[in-house]
Amino acid sequence: MSSLLDRRFLVVTGKGGTGKTTVAAALARLAAQRGKRVLLCELDATGDIAQPFGAENIGFTPTECEPGVFVMAMDTEKAMQEYVHLNLKMPFAFGLGPFARALDFVANAAPGVREILTMGKLCWEVKRENFDLVIADAPSTGHVVSQLDSPNSVGELITVGPLVNQTAWMREMLTDPERTGVVIVATPEEMPVQESLDLIARLDERTQTPIGAVVVNRVHPELFSRDDEVVFQNMKPLTDPAEQLLAAGRLALAMRHQQAGQVDDLRASLRSSIPLLFIPQSFATSEPKAVSNEIVESLAAEIDE
Amino acid sequence: MNLRTVLEQKSVAVVAGSGGVGKTTTAAAIALQAALHTNKRVLVITVDPARRLADALGVSNIGDQPVRIENAVFESSGLQPQGELWAAMLDTKKAWDQLVRRHAPDKETTDAILTNKLYENISSRFVQSHDYIAMERLFELHEEGQYDLIVVDTPPSAHASDLLDAPQRLAEFFDSRLLKFLIAPSRSRLAMLTAKPFMQLTDRLLGKRFLSDISEFFTLLESMRPGFIVRAEQVKALLASTECSFAVVTTLEPAAAHEAEGLIAELLRRDLELGALLANRVLPEYLLGTPPVSAHDFDGQNADDVQRVVTELQQNAVRFGHLARQQQQQLTDLSERAKILGTIPWISGELRSLEGLSVLGEMIW
Repeated sequence: MSSLLDRRFLVVTGKGGTGKTTVAAALARLAAQRGKRVLLCELDATGDIAQPFGAENIGFTPTECEPGVFVMAMDTEKAMQEYVHLNLKMPFAFGLGPFARALDFVANAAPGVREILTMGKLCWEVKRENFDLVIADAPSTGHVVSQLDSPNSVGELITVGPLVNQTAWMREMLTDPERTGVVIVATPEEMPVQESLDLIARLDERTQTPIGAVVVNRVHPELFSRDDEVVFQNMKPLTDPAEQLLAAGRLALAMRHQQAGQVDDLRASLRSSIPLLFIPQSFATSEPKAVSNEIVESLAAEIDE
Repeated sequence: MNLRTVLEQKSVAVVAGSGGVGKTTTAAAIALQAALHTNKRVLVITVDPARRLADALGVSNIGDQPVRIENAVFESSGLQPQGELWAAMLDTKKAWDQLVRRHAPDKETTDAILTNKLYENISSRFVQSHDYIAMERLFELHEEGQYDLIVVDTPPSAHASDLLDAPQRLAEFFDSRLLKFLIAPSRSRLAMLTAKPFMQLTDRLLGKRFLSDISEFFTLLESMRPGFIVRAEQVKALLASTECSFAVVTTLEPAAAHEAEGLIAELLRRDLELGALLANRVLPEYLLGTPPVSAHDFDGQNADDVQRVVTELQQNAVRFGHLARQQQQQLTDLSERAKILGTIPWISGELRSLEGLSVLGEMIW
């Protein structure tokens, strides 16, 4: 299943709070460790992408945060400047400032304008092959469809002009499983699982973007073997602390059981061609945002499996 | 101060928080408690897409129009309400269509908007449309005056505070210079000198048809402007009134707690009332300590087996101790922002009955 990192463009998404930024960063580090030159781009301008690398001031121009990992933050205004400069060969005699403000309104109202600029920039980076792999830390499940669908929606709204011609090759790239893959991050809880399945259904219907993998993050470890579970069930506590220790065990089993149920639901609804990758819950107390090598290693093991 | 006193005084409770924290369930539990313990006629408006709430409330289907939870359902759960409980589900598309019908000046405009190809895109996406619709529907039902207390479960937004911005955004949108510019007749548009680069660029980038398509649609929208603006102001006024209180629900996951903190700050900034901060899925306190336990503290069975399992359990206790301490830290951080009115423990399984909802409700009442 090493094909995930062999693709050229990975779009990492997931319900908010499931750790998609951490997973995107871990994928970037893993690919770089395997000799690839990686561009990691944050799309939603939260600035969170800097944290996994302990970096500051990530901007539109990529910064090499660690060997082989170039990190940037999307900026639609700058993406448009770049686009206009490259494609329309327009001199910049006038400032783009007022236009950008106006664009803000148009983009809010007219579906696809902001998104096409974002996706256009990323697809262009994939196309010109300055990097082996482009990873997008994309918006959460609710919004990513409009990103991926932007070549289509722009195609519907705008009937002529240079942008329309560009949407054709973008569409081709975004539907090519050799090159593109959506990576959906979920935790083994009901809402994230449900949102992931909904997202896959919507992508299938509207964009046909290939799903590269579903990453199940923060999976609790197995407590003990089946035999030991029987021993556990039959243990009688003689003291209060002993009862507390058992109670903690029962809680862990109940959580693990609930998680397993969610994973089963996910697996049952997922077509078998979509790999499920598991990342264990980290119980460490320090720096929850840092990309620990623990996460990179478990991803590596899951991808190679 | 507890949830009960808050709800007794208010006629609107907005339940907010980031997605997946148990907002819908909490909203239902709050509404149920109010119906059980006060003589109010209570309505809960939900956005629950999975319709599990309908199951838990014992109604086969909740739609756009409020339905009453029959006394028989309460009785079968061993409950006796002093008031009444009603439930309705938000239907965003329907609500937008209704808005258009209400605010459009005539039938032709209504039809032109409802059949416009931009409309569907826009009604589902533009300016936090779900958030606006939730607030709009709340206002409408409140105006009708049929209910003594309305509990609204809010849609999952990218940011919980989008909900608070939605009415203002809509008003701003109608007021914007861009909208005026887009709907200006194209001749006078060209005459605006500053607009020239904009026009040139848009035409070259997006094609000549784009602006005319868009301006046609916005010309239609503009006709609804007065109605929309008045309405947005009214919605804002209701949220800011003393009749309304907000309940913020969060788990103690860092991302959710962070959102909750932001939301609390926004409420304060806008002078809106935070009636209750509720922490959900809280781990039990005993996990904080790691008691010294050995195999001797357990009875029976093979000593080696017990010893092995005790070692495994101790590792487990250490792991959960970490989680519990992280939660404790979040709880402390949160309580610096606002008083935590109630905590709901982590519960295994889903709530599938009124009974389950009321057990949960009692914990925060």
